[in-house]
Amino acid sequence: MRTLEDSRLTVDDLIAWLMRFDEQIVEHAERLTELDSAIGDADHGTNMARGTAAVRSRLTAARPEDAGALLKSCGMALVSTVGGASGSLYGTLFLEMAKHVGAASELDSTVFAAAFRAGVAGVVARGRAEPGDKTMVDALHPTVDVLDAAAADGVPLAAALRSAAAAAAAGRDATIPLVARKGRASYLGDRSADHLDPGAASAAILVQALADSHAERGR
Amino acid sequence: MKKLINAPSAVLADALKGVAAAHPDLAVDFDNRVVSRASAKQGKVALISGGGSGHEPLHSGFVGLGMLDAACAGEIFTSPTPDQMLAAATTVSAGAGVLYIVKNYTGDVLNFEMAAELAEAEGIPVKTVLVADDVAVEDSTWTAGRRGVGTTVLVEKIAGAAAEAGDDLEAVHAIATRVAENGRSMGVALTSATLPAVGKPSFDLPEDEIEMGVGIHGEPGRKRVPLRPAAEIAEELVSSILADHDFTGAPVIAMLSGLGGTPLIELYAMYGDVAALLEQRGVTVARSLVGDYITSLDMAGCSLTLLRADEEMLRLWDAPVGTAALRWGV
Repeated sequence: MRTLEDSRLTVDDLIAWLMRFDEQIVEHAERLTELDSAIGDADHGTNMARGTAAVRSRLTAARPEDAGALLKSCGMALVSTVGGASGSLYGTLFLEMAKHVGAASELDSTVFAAAFRAGVAGVVARGRAEPGDKTMVDALHPTVDVLDAAAADGVPLAAALRSAAAAAAAGRDATIPLVARKGRASYLGDRSADHLDPGAASAAILVQALADSHAERGR
Repeated sequence: MKKLINAPSAVLADALKGVAAAHPDLAVDFDNRVVSRASAKQGKVALISGGGSGHEPLHSGFVGLGMLDAACAGEIFTSPTPDQMLAAATTVSAGAGVLYIVKNYTGDVLNFEMAAELAEAEGIPVKTVLVADDVAVEDSTWTAGRRGVGTTVLVEKIAGAAAEAGDDLEAVHAIATRVAENGRSMGVALTSATLPAVGKPSFDLPEDEIEMGVGIHGEPGRKRVPLRPAAEIAEELVSSILADHDFTGAPVIAMLSGLGGTPLIELYAMYGDVAALLEQRGVTVARSLVGDYITSLDMAGCSLTLLRADEEMLRLWDAPVGTAALRWGV
């Protein structure tokens, strides 16, 4: 039976998401670094794992009071520990989401979709990357549209998050033939084609972690 | 690869301890990995730079009188983070604003941008100058743009002197921008650098080949060519730089920096060839600097930087400077 809870993310749901994100980043760290060594500087997995570990220890040390505080704390942890471009971009994603949700204690699907849209808009503004530039935006951008459409159509959150994860994965895979136009990979020019973008790969993990953690919590 | 280290993960922390021990006139914030002038002058524009470590003396070796007020050290070849840059700004801000000097790498640019927003939110006015002077990289809207290399040293010296003389933030930013716009560099690698954490060379370069136009993190350059006499390498560097910007009809500041693994005797031999070529091409070198100023760990090779200067830049270049790596007139 569906309840009102079905379409809301609580602070505990968000914590479960970020813990799950850390688990999946640790699991895939070596693969992310491998992808990065082909077209970047071979540290994406290591850097992300350092960041999500910092997020985990912050959330373990103290449970944030509301969604905004949680997302902000997560963003600051990523910014100050990941380093490089990824730290500021992932940090911006969470900091912009935090600004959007403020002191809310739970987020319905419309608010979450809008917050995610604001976060991704922040990433685009910070990195000045457009869809098709072979960056994390290629995985995040399709996710935004799916979440928005699902919220507008009243699709239950669990289903919406599953579709979002599938959209992110498709966006990630679509980076393979692209020629990079941003970041270190852009120096390679045409040689950056035929490689999966590591930033799009970690972004797809972020969205998958949300769908998985939500499903695991039986929501 | 043999290294003078205790543990690969401790290299940066150990080096900062050494900086603090060797230079009592510098303050080292070990938590934030910020090296700053122990006594900042009130009412002066504060100059802050930073970047990945492994390019020493850039940037901490240029902290002191007439140059930087603070330097933020990132992990080796990894940008520092905004909280470090904000800590540097709050530490050395002396009421006249902060100039961030940033080398053009995506990570550095994004992190300094966030730091500028955070500092502005705390009421510290910030301006940023971006250095993108590596002629080995084609400037294009389809890439991250040219890398920032040797001109950074000249920006730090000249803008630092302007700040020391009491110029306001707008004026210091203006001269820094002028230096950045008129400086060009190109490097050549004879060997790859070896990161302590990796323990083996970052890229393979055969014994008889060199990488023309290498980046300071070992990024590939324009082409890989057979090893040749210094005079021919000098010719390639000089020609590439002169083809990109007009250096005639103005005083020029020339810097030949080692990349960390090349002895000074080779650098001087190389500079002799560079100077002769510049004279042939009608370029007047007014000031010169030869030594290790922007390096790439233990990479063998060098980079040449030329700045089309003017009288004001020369005056600021000659002004007193008192840092670990650059010192005159004090």
